[in-house]
Amino acid sequence: MNLFKYSAPSTFYPLAGKLAKGFAIASVVLLVIGLYMSFFVAPTDYKQGEGYRIMFIHVPAAWMSMFIYIIMACWAAAGMIWRTRLSSMMASALAPTGAVFTFIALWTGALWGKPMWGTWWVWDARLTSELILLFLYIGYMALESAIDDPRRAARACGLLALVGVINVPIIYYSVQWWNTLHQGASIKMGASGSLQASMTEIMLWTMLIMTFAYWFYTIAVALTRVRSIILERESNTAWVKEMLQQGGK
Amino acid sequence: MAEWFAMGGYGFYIWGSYGVTALFMIVEAILVVRQKRTLLQRLGRMVRMNSEVE
Repeated sequence: MNLFKYSAPSTFYPLAGKLAKGFAIASVVLLVIGLYMSFFVAPTDYKQGEGYRIMFIHVPAAWMSMFIYIIMACWAAAGMIWRTRLSSMMASALAPTGAVFTFIALWTGALWGKPMWGTWWVWDARLTSELILLFLYIGYMALESAIDDPRRAARACGLLALVGVINVPIIYYSVQWWNTLHQGASIKMGASGSLQASMTEIMLWTMLIMTFAYWFYTIAVALTRVRSIILERESNTAWVKEMLQQGGK
Repeated sequence: MAEWFAMGGYGFYIWGSYGVTALFMIVEAILVVRQKRTLLQRLGRMVRMNSEVE
């Protein structure tokens, strides 16, 4: 099988449809398991009581907000270096979902901060840099819709995405570099290179299942969105017309 | 049951978090599916119109 075949929009379009369906189903299954574990299997925390259960949606959303940005920047870079149409389309398809997870991370963080810290919001490094991430996603989408020529838009947005990457390590290490109300990383590398988690094993598993559910959700949504972008940009090509005449599947 | 929903006094914060998260994810999923469907319908109409003209 020639994988490069799928870098052409005409062959990627049907493949993306099949993949999106599979990932959507996998995501729903994992969400059901993850939510069940969040409320009925994971024990009450000895310090934070039931309130800590916000962690199961907050931490994965915060991880996703950073992962998606990095992947978006990689696609944008690939699009700028090799001028592949599909790469820039993938970057555009990821931005709204990245913004959604960034907002969810901020929102659930505020609702977790109020009972635990006594405040919805503080202007500290972790929270401020995450807010900047939201503005980067929104800026990316605004810039894209402001430029009519798709090639020029891809170049301008690619540049914005790449410059913004510097914010991701700032978010991640902010809890180490500056004094903050925010607690440290949930999972980190121990001195011996082993993973150390600041929670019980069942809590960790629940969080990981929710993370994969978010991942699969992101893939399904982004692939569906990229299909729309492909259709729109390629609407004058022979393969799109042929597909539409056959009923548009 | 009511006690379970109270979540040891954290009910407002927990349901406020899970509710808004679910809302955003469900709405986003519906929007991308609907966007593709309307786009396919619009492009399909255009192709049919053009083929009738020819």
